[in-house]
Amino acid sequence: MTKNTVNSDVPAQGKMQEKSPEKSPKKAPDNAIVNEFVVRFANTNGTGSASANNMFAKAILRMGIPVSAKNIFPSNIQGMPTWYEVRISEKNYLGRRGGKSEMLVAMNAQSINDDITSVKSGGYLLYDSSRTLFDSQIRADINYLGVPISNICLKEYSDPRQRQLFKNVVYVGALAALLSMDFTLLKGLVRDQFKGKEKLITPNIYALELGYQYANEHFICPLAIHVESRDLINKRILVDGNTAIGLGAVFGGATVTGWYPITPSTSVIEKFASYCQRLRIDPASGKKNYAIVQVEDELAAIGVAIGAGWNGARAFTATSGPGISLMTEFLGLAYFTEIPFVLINVQRAGPSTGMPTRTQQADIIACAYASHGDTKQILLFPDSPHECFELGAQAFDIADQLQTPVIIMSDLDLGMNDHLSEEFVWQDDKAFQKGKVLSAQQLDEVEVFGRYLDVDGDGICYRTLPGTHTEKGAYFNRGTSRNHFAGYTEKSADYVDNMDRLTKKFINAINYLPEPEIQKGKKSAQLGLIFFGTTSHPIMEAIEQLKEHGLSVDTLRIKAFPFHQSIEQFIEEYSFNNKQIFVIEQNRDAQMKSLLVNELQIDPNKLASILNFDGLPITSHFIVQAVLAQLTANQAQQKTG
Amino acid sequence: MSFIKSKFRHPRLPVNDLGLTYRDYEGALSTLCAGCGHDSITSAIIQACHELSIQPSEVAKLSGIGCSSKAPNYFLNKSHGFNSVHGRMPSVATGANLANQELLYLAMSGDGDSASIGFGQFAHVVRRQLNMVYMVANNGVYGLTKGQLAATADKGVKNKAGELSLFTDIDLCVMALQLGASFVARSFSGDKQQLVPLIKAAMSHKGFAFIDIISPCVTFNNHVGSTRSYDYVHDHITTAAVVDFVPIKTEITSGYHSGESEDVCLHDGSIMRIQKLTDSYDSTNASQAIMEIEQQKQQGKILTGLFYLEPTASDFHEINNTNDTPLNKLTQDALCPGNRVLAGINDSFR
Repeated sequence: MTKNTVNSDVPAQGKMQEKSPEKSPKKAPDNAIVNEFVVRFANTNGTGSASANNMFAKAILRMGIPVSAKNIFPSNIQGMPTWYEVRISEKNYLGRRGGKSEMLVAMNAQSINDDITSVKSGGYLLYDSSRTLFDSQIRADINYLGVPISNICLKEYSDPRQRQLFKNVVYVGALAALLSMDFTLLKGLVRDQFKGKEKLITPNIYALELGYQYANEHFICPLAIHVESRDLINKRILVDGNTAIGLGAVFGGATVTGWYPITPSTSVIEKFASYCQRLRIDPASGKKNYAIVQVEDELAAIGVAIGAGWNGARAFTATSGPGISLMTEFLGLAYFTEIPFVLINVQRAGPSTGMPTRTQQADIIACAYASHGDTKQILLFPDSPHECFELGAQAFDIADQLQTPVIIMSDLDLGMNDHLSEEFVWQDDKAFQKGKVLSAQQLDEVEVFGRYLDVDGDGICYRTLPGTHTEKGAYFNRGTSRNHFAGYTEKSADYVDNMDRLTKKFINAINYLPEPEIQKGKKSAQLGLIFFGTTSHPIMEAIEQLKEHGLSVDTLRIKAFPFHQSIEQFIEEYSFNNKQIFVIEQNRDAQMKSLLVNELQIDPNKLASILNFDGLPITSHFIVQAVLAQLTANQAQQKTG
Repeated sequence: MSFIKSKFRHPRLPVNDLGLTYRDYEGALSTLCAGCGHDSITSAIIQACHELSIQPSEVAKLSGIGCSSKAPNYFLNKSHGFNSVHGRMPSVATGANLANQELLYLAMSGDGDSASIGFGQFAHVVRRQLNMVYMVANNGVYGLTKGQLAATADKGVKNKAGELSLFTDIDLCVMALQLGASFVARSFSGDKQQLVPLIKAAMSHKGFAFIDIISPCVTFNNHVGSTRSYDYVHDHITTAAVVDFVPIKTEITSGYHSGESEDVCLHDGSIMRIQKLTDSYDSTNASQAIMEIEQQKQQGKILTGLFYLEPTASDFHEINNTNDTPLNKLTQDALCPGNRVLAGINDSFR
C-alpha cells in the first residue's frame, strides 16, 4: 500500500488541500457555503476532547451565528469512539439535519473508516497526518486537510497528559483558520473558560496558535465552507436542559432531594447542588437552606422526596431508564395518598439497560400510568432549556396545587446537549403557589377537618402538615383505602367515592397545566403534525422542506398530560376534512399515539405515526422522508382501492 | 378483640406537665390479635410519651407494611402518621426529617419490613445517623400473610406449619451496632419496666436510636419449638444493663442503687442511669456489645437491655450543616434567588 504523508506525497486520489504561495488566503472561494453546515468531531472518549469541542461551538455562538451541538457518546469512561456534531445554521435550523456532514475532524483511528464515509461529497476531512492514511481511506470526492497534530504536540510538550489534551486545542486552532473564525474572540473564550486557573490560559492559547498557524501556512484559508460574524443570537443562551432544570428547581424553591446516580439524569442533581452551594447558603449563619442526600437506590430516592413532600418541603428527584421502573410502587403511593413532589425523568433508550447514553421518548406509557392499580400521573414535556427552567420551577407549584407527583419528561438529547435557547425568565412578583394547606388559624376556623373531604368540589382536598396544630388536623396517611377522614375502610362505596374523586381531580388538572402550542396557517393546511419534547427541534426545517414538496403543514406541540381539549379539537378538525395527521415520536411503539387514542377515545386510524427510535435525536430528513413515503403509500392505496 | 372504644374518662386521671392524661396519647382501637405483643409496645410508647410530657402534635409516626406497621394507628391520635410502602419507611422518614428537624420521629417496623424487603433501607438510614427512634416489633414471623418464617427467626426453628428455618438469622441489633447507630437496645414487649425507660431514653437521644423489641405473635409463633414465644422468651431472657430514665428537671430519687450504676447525661439534659448486670458490659463499646450478644446467643440466651450509647452523637443535620430553621418553613425570599441573579446566570451561557 502507498503511504501518504501530508507534507510530501500527494495522494493518487482525493484532493490534498495545499496552499500555493501566490494565492491569497483571504479570498473566499466562489462556491462558498457560509454559516450553514455541520462539523462532526470524531474523538476517543476520555481524551479531553469535550471541552475543546465545546469551546469551538461557543466561539461560533459568540460570533453571533446560531449553533447547536450534539454529543454522541458511549456508555464508557475511556477509549471508545465518541462524536460531537456541531450544526451551524443562520437559518436557525438547530435540530439534527441528518445525512452526511460538510466537515469531519477525524481524531479516532478506531472509527476513521466509518467517519470518512460520513463526509458529504465535496466536504472536508481534517485529520492527524502524523500517521499516514491508507489508500482505502482516500475518497476522490472529498478534500483532505492533514495537520500533523500528534507530531506538533510531541515536539511542543513534554508532559504526556498535555501532549494528549492539547491535540484537541490544536485542531480547534486549525479550524479557526480554515473556517475563518474570529481568532481574537476564541482566545478571549479561553481566558473566560480558565478563569481562576490562570496558569492554563497561556498554554491553551499557545496550542490554539499552533493549529491556527499551521493551517494558515499550509492551506487556502478560509475554505469554501466557513463562518462570517452575524448578529442573530439576540438574547438566546447556549445551555443544556439538565442545568436548566437544576436551576429551575432552585428558583422553584426545592429544598430536599434524595437521588441515585444514573445516566443521563445525574447532572440535574449535580447542577442543583452546585447552584445551591452558590445561592442557598443562609447569609446569617452560613448554613445550608437545602439538603441533598445521595441514597442507596432509586427506591430510597423517591421515598425521600415523598417523605419531604408530605412534610411540606418542596422536594424532587431525578432519574432515567431503570430508575423509573424502580420508582413505580412509590409513584402509586404518592398518587393515592396525594403527596406533592417533582420527578425529573431524563429518558434514555430502553428497555432494560438499553442504550444508556442514547436518547429516546419511550417512557410515556410507563410514566402516564405508573404503578399498579388505576393510576394516572401528571406529565410535562419541555422542549428547550428555557422551558426546562420554566417548568422545572413551575412543576412545584403544580404539584403543590394538585397534591400529586408531577413528572417532567425530558430526554438525553435535551438534558445533556447544549441547545441555543431563549434565555431563562423569572418574575420576582410571582409568589409560590402552595395549594390547599391549612394553617393553625385556619384549622381553628374549620368546623370539621377531613383530609379527603372534597370541600370545594374540584377533587382537591385540604391537607395539613405535621406539627401545625396541637388539637386538630392530624391524620394517618396511608396507602390503604380510606374514608373522608383518612380512616381505614374496605367499604366499597367509600373506596369508589375516593377513586372517583381522584378522577375528578385529574380532569381538573388541565387548569393548572400548560396548553399545547398550536401553529396554524390562515388557510387550512394539508398536513397536521403532532409532536412533543425534542422532536420540535428539527420541525421548522422539516416544514420548510415539505413546503418545497408543495405541502402545507399545521403543527401541535403537546406540553402536558392530561390532554387539553384543544388537542382533541385539532385532531377532529383534520379528520373531519379527511386530511392526514402524523404523531411524531422517538420510540418504537407509538406510545404518545396510544395515549391520545386511549385518553381521547380517538379512532386510531385517524393518526399516522412517524417513529424514530435509533437512539439518536430525530432529524428533519427522517421526518420529511417518512411523511412523503406515507403520502405516496396512501395515494397508491387510493388508486388500487 | 373489642369493637368499641369507651369515651368515658375518669375525672381524676393523672395529668402530666402539659395537662394531658394517658388517654390523650392513645390512638384508634387496635385491630391486632388479642394478646399481640405489639399492643404492649403501643402501651409502652403511650406511657413513655405521657410521662415525658411530649406534645403529641410534635411527633411524626412512621411505618412500613405489616402488623407492626399498623401499630402507629393505635397510639398518638393527635400526631400525623405515615404508613408507607413495605420496607421503605426509612427513606420516607429521611425525607420527612430533612424537611423539618424539629419534630420527634417515631418509627415502627417489623422483621419482614426491616430485615428482609427493607434491609437495605434499614442499613442506610442507620449510616445516615438520622435523628429518629426506630423500633422493630420482632416476632420472627410474617403475621399478615399467616405465619411464614421471617429472616430474624433463629436457624433451625419451625413455624406453626412445621416449616424449618434453614438459613442464618439476621440480628438487627448487631447490624445497627456495626453500621454506627448511636443508641442500640433490645427489649421484650412483655417487660414494660425495661421497655418504657428505654423508649424514653431513645426519644431523648439525639441521633439514630434503635430498639429491637421481641414481640411474640400469639397467633402464628407462640408454639412449642418457637424461640419467639412468650414462654421461651421468659425462660431465656437475660439482660446486659437495666436502665432508669430520669427526665430533665427531675430530682433523682429513685433507681437501682448499687455500686454498678452509671449516670449518662443525654443531649437534652436528661439523665439515663444504667445498671450493668453482666460483667463485660460497657455502654461505650460497640464491638464488645456485638460479642456479648453473640456469646449469649450461643448459650441459648436472648440478651436484652441497653447495648450501646454514644451520648454526644451527631445527626444528619449537623453533618449536613442544615439551617436551624426547618426547610419546610423557609420563605420564598430565602429560597428563590430572583431575577437579578438570574440575569448573571443567563450571561454565563453566552
